[in-house]
Amino acid sequence: MSVPAIDINGVWFSYDKTPILEDVTLTLKQGDFLGIIGPNGGGKTTLLKLLLGVLKPDRGTIKILGEAPHNANHRVGYVPQNTDLNITFPISVMEVALMGRLSRSRIGRRYSRKDRSKVKESLKKAGIWNHRHSPIGRLSGGQRQRVFIARALATDPEILLLDEPTASVDPEFEMDLFDFFRELNKQVTIVAITHDVGVISRNVKSVACVNKSLIYHEEGQITAEMIDMAYQCPVDLIAHGIPHRVLPTHTEK
Amino acid sequence: MWEALQFDFMRNALLAGVLVSISCGIIGSLVVVNRIVFISGGIAHAAFGGIGLAFFLGFSPSLGATLFAVGVSIIMGAVSFKSKHRADTIIGVLWAIGMALGIILIDLTPGYHVDLMSYLFGSILTVPGSDIWIIIVLNIGIFLTVLIFYKEFIAMSYDEEFAFIVGIPVKPLYFILLGMTALTVVMTIQVVGLILVIALLTIPPYIAEKYTKSLGGMMVLSSILGIFFTLGGLWLSYSYDLTSGATIILVAGVGFFIFQAIGLLKGRGGITR
Repeated sequence: MSVPAIDINGVWFSYDKTPILEDVTLTLKQGDFLGIIGPNGGGKTTLLKLLLGVLKPDRGTIKILGEAPHNANHRVGYVPQNTDLNITFPISVMEVALMGRLSRSRIGRRYSRKDRSKVKESLKKAGIWNHRHSPIGRLSGGQRQRVFIARALATDPEILLLDEPTASVDPEFEMDLFDFFRELNKQVTIVAITHDVGVISRNVKSVACVNKSLIYHEEGQITAEMIDMAYQCPVDLIAHGIPHRVLPTHTEK
Repeated sequence: MWEALQFDFMRNALLAGVLVSISCGIIGSLVVVNRIVFISGGIAHAAFGGIGLAFFLGFSPSLGATLFAVGVSIIMGAVSFKSKHRADTIIGVLWAIGMALGIILIDLTPGYHVDLMSYLFGSILTVPGSDIWIIIVLNIGIFLTVLIFYKEFIAMSYDEEFAFIVGIPVKPLYFILLGMTALTVVMTIQVVGLILVIALLTIPPYIAEKYTKSLGGMMVLSSILGIFFTLGGLWLSYSYDLTSGATIILVAGVGFFIFQAIGLLKGRGGITR
């Protein structure tokens, strides 16, 4: 039995005095593809930042591949929600992606040939290699998303954490993107926050809903309980022609 | 102009102008992209407290300014981490207190009439040869530090959160940047005075950002622009007998508006490829 990719145990977190997460427990095996849904302000991004070690839990423990989050940071790739920060910054696509090769142990050294070939590979995988010399501010939202994905892949991650990866892309690219993630999932554990329940239904292996507490469904089913909690009506879900049923049949209360 | 070069003070002034412009180009670029312009203004003004203290206790004003600038930069850095939402207020308070302290200490210094104007608006024509050596050493130190940690500085400036996640010690790096900013500010006070430091630190990088594709390119172009502004201002102030610091800044200001106008004519703030 290999170590779990993510092991969250009784985690509580609050900003100042406002509780954000209460008693969250989740074990995710390696190779899983977890979709996280939930309302805005429900604590989805906070959960991701706890996994990244940017935030520390008030109570409880988090293990990433058996290690404390800040020790596992070279094994985790992260794609932030906001990709248009610092849009006028004079930096090329290549330079942004190279940031994925940074590490504590190689501070003050030049990027190596291996770093560059790794980044080339990940830029090609993300389909943005042709734009490598463009200033980051010149790209469209979707293209920038690809750059940030390439940056995360350049880390050579065992776990990929995605915060709303489809927030700024058009629906067509969204399909491509999740095809791409599914392919990637053959080697990498993926955790993706998304608003789009339809996306979840077609792609993920398991689902969690976060709204202060967390409900987890191993089979990737969105339960009625989750819908209640998320307070989101999955209207477009039915319209998509889904391959397997994610909503259980409706039962009278 | 050329006959002026036979004077030691003119050669020192030119050398100081060029060297300070290089530091301002490098550090100013980092100041602009990290949005710590207000902190650097605060450092410059609070440094005056150190100048006052130096006169009062009878040691070198440059040393006093350096001690205060570095000290204040550490406090401001800590404040901007601790209470993010009120950091600008506290920086403004330190800014004013430093200035007031400097003036009062000079008032209290018996029998000494300090030429306040030379600190407020610079005195590039009176830079002594010994100071040139200090400026050279500081320039080399700043250049090497930025060169060694170049990719880490880029990461911190562009995406601080990601830099932290991949294990870059963002906090120490930020304090190193503030320390270098303080040293650059002290050097620049010699050339244009503490009131005008911000202009030399920000105008060249602001123009350069629009014409470059990398932070390194921005630093090089800012340094070149800074040299042009400084030497142009120096020449005008010599020819027409004007205050050198203010003339340098006005030349930079004219440059600022010219590039701004070019940008507007080209549309979209003048981003050339």
